[in-house]
Amino acid sequence: MEKRRFTISVFSEDRIGLLHSITIIFTRRKLSIESINSSESERKGIYRYTIVFSSDYNMARNVTKQIDKLIDVLRAFLHEEEQIIHREIALYKVATSSFYNGNEVEQLLRKHSANIIRIEQDYLVIEKTGWKKETQALLKDLEPYNLLEFARSARVVVTKRWKRLHKNVLELEQEH
Amino acid sequence: METLVLKKKKNNAKTPVRLSGAEALIRCLVEEGADTLFGYPGGAIMPIYDALYDYGDRLNHILVRHEQGATHAAQGYARATGKTGICFATSGPGATNLITGIADAFLDSTPLLCITGQVISGLLGTDAFQETDVISISKPVTKWNFQITRADEIAPTMARAFYIARSGRPGPVLIDVTKDAQLEECDFVYNKCRSIRSYKPVPVIEEVKLKEAATLINQAKKPFMVFGQGILLSGAKKELKLFIEKSGIPAGATLLGLSALDSDHPLHMGMLGMHGNYAPNVKTNDCDVLIAVGMRFDDRVTGNVKSYAKNAKVIHIEIDDAEIDKIIKTDVAIHADAKEALTKLLPLIKAKTYPEWVAEFEVCKKIENEKIIRKDIYPESGKIRMGEVVNLISEITDDNAVIVSDVGQHQMVTERYYRYSTTNSNITSGGLGTMGFALPASIGAKIGQPHRQVVAIIGDGGFQMTLQELGTIFQYKIPVKIIILNNNFLGMVRQWQQMFFTKRYSFTELVNPEFSKVAESFGITSQKISEREDLKAALNEMMEHEGPYLLDIIVEKEENVFPMVPSGASVSDIRLE
Ligand SMILES: Cc1ncc(C[n+]2csc(CCOP(=O)(O)OP(=O)(O)O)c2C)c(N)n1
Repeated sequence: MEKRRFTISVFSEDRIGLLHSITIIFTRRKLSIESINSSESERKGIYRYTIVFSSDYNMARNVTKQIDKLIDVLRAFLHEEEQIIHREIALYKVATSSFYNGNEVEQLLRKHSANIIRIEQDYLVIEKTGWKKETQALLKDLEPYNLLEFARSARVVVTKRWKRLHKNVLELEQEH
Repeated sequence: METLVLKKKKNNAKTPVRLSGAEALIRCLVEEGADTLFGYPGGAIMPIYDALYDYGDRLNHILVRHEQGATHAAQGYARATGKTGICFATSGPGATNLITGIADAFLDSTPLLCITGQVISGLLGTDAFQETDVISISKPVTKWNFQITRADEIAPTMARAFYIARSGRPGPVLIDVTKDAQLEECDFVYNKCRSIRSYKPVPVIEEVKLKEAATLINQAKKPFMVFGQGILLSGAKKELKLFIEKSGIPAGATLLGLSALDSDHPLHMGMLGMHGNYAPNVKTNDCDVLIAVGMRFDDRVTGNVKSYAKNAKVIHIEIDDAEIDKIIKTDVAIHADAKEALTKLLPLIKAKTYPEWVAEFEVCKKIENEKIIRKDIYPESGKIRMGEVVNLISEITDDNAVIVSDVGQHQMVTERYYRYSTTNSNITSGGLGTMGFALPASIGAKIGQPHRQVVAIIGDGGFQMTLQELGTIFQYKIPVKIIILNNNFLGMVRQWQQMFFTKRYSFTELVNPEFSKVAESFGITSQKISEREDLKAALNEMMEHEGPYLLDIIVEKEENVFPMVPSGASVSDIRLE
């Protein structure tokens, strides 16, 4: 079966070792996790993981069910690429000296819809939110300048179809 | 609602008692109605063992000879009683020695609670003496695990552990308790766990799926049912029988499903899978509707999945959603407890018979009978064959013993020829295929079912993996009957070498000690036989003997188990020779 990219959203209890339990499910099948993000959800004590990986559909569904089966996982949802809206954030630290020409920077930032979030004497920090190919494009454009550091986050995702996702999480919280 | 409120009040009325963590843990076991533990002490679990010292009147602790033995004994106990098996081990090597049994219980859905001692919490992560990260090590093979570092976590965690181990699809749970948590005092109150918000053990059946399934079943021309241990775990033996008899549908059992339907039931077509019976394997690929209940399509059952049941619409009734569509794509998936699903399905299906279809099975049965079974159980010449031994044991025990088998040829022969008539009778290592399982498991089974005969059937290879448990049998005078089917080979591996590796017997021949003398040195009455004419008398003598007994039976060295679905082949390409 054909491989494609999937995203799993996991809602879980705040439990030490849960990330390990989740990654085991991927490593067992020799699946590489392309990006993983974990943070507290809108509900206190409930965490949301966003995991991106590539596999065929059957495997993706199996993996989702196996995550869902973990005792401390409230729910796991599998998404196709077109079912979600997703973004990554990238930070670019560039030497201030390479931007003598202010216009040039401005143009570049406008072209990429990026912002400067910090200006120091010797460096400035640019922030860009978008898809990987967009943050990558800015990276390429910044190449001629003196790039000091680059960091990109994992994906964050909201679903298109699932109006109830938020409600689901809410219900989960109230059940107890 | 009323009772709920009442219960709540009662719980509230409980006044906490001041106890050490260690004693609190023991009290949790008492509160859960546990009566038997299997374990082995060591530094990090000594406070718990010290607390246990005062509970001898309520808790029967069996000191095994190796922690692996503790897990298998607890598994044997769990499978014989349906209750959760409990084992204790110390940190480090004690904990790692549990892993094989935990993995076995995980694959075979056996409820197990393992308590391990751990170094004091201040030393965690420092490579302290006898520290192993048993939480990480056991993660892939436990249903749930948790490390306790404070005494007040003990009661709620133990309550959860019991609830998780036994509910839904059962499985092993490991609780690691640091030594300081055992020593620390806490206010102890015990409340049983009744729900966990992130865990839904019993799914809600979708009625429309039942209707879809019933429609398929009612229209089928050649329906076939395959059932697994799910029937036994959900206590659905009666419901299965009612379903099969009303629907008239022939059925086959997985290895662990055996005993869920009486072996001599006319619609029982035998065991599925690699060394199962001819009829159910071949007919799987002929049926037009396959109804799978409480089983997970293990590759030993399906053979090559690409050609498995290709002419059939598949209905899968299964409590674990992760098993649905994992191996075999279903047409109707019923995510449910087997008992509930069968009960609700029964009124929806038509009473029918399939004389022609069943006759096709009978033809296959006849072929297998002539080509294999008769020669296996009534051989006229040559050395003793495994099949005749098992057939005689079935006779002598009125098909009513608890049979514990190890792993290998003797296991397959045991499962093929013992005619199970009662549940909680078929105890074997299925999913993991753990050699060394049977001897300790038989200890647990006998303690769990003291009034039934427990017979362990073991190969000469597997016996030597856990034979130190003879010490446990001796110390506690556990009257299990041990049969070694001794072929001086790692027989199953030798069979594969013969069939698929041009008879290159690479490291499978065993030069064995005198097992009867080994047994005698453990104070266990024993006999060795090698002649057919002595077999019946020896078996009778063993069964009539009061205490534990070991019978070493020298069998045909190079006997092969047939039928056989070669690995990677389709179930209908099952070989009869
Ligand atoms: C712990 C373990 N190691 C290795 C194996 C692989 N294995 C499967 S069957 C078998 C041979 C078993 O020999 P024996 O116990 O003498 O039984 P027999 O097949 O001869 O009846 C082996 C080595 C296993 N199942 N378990």
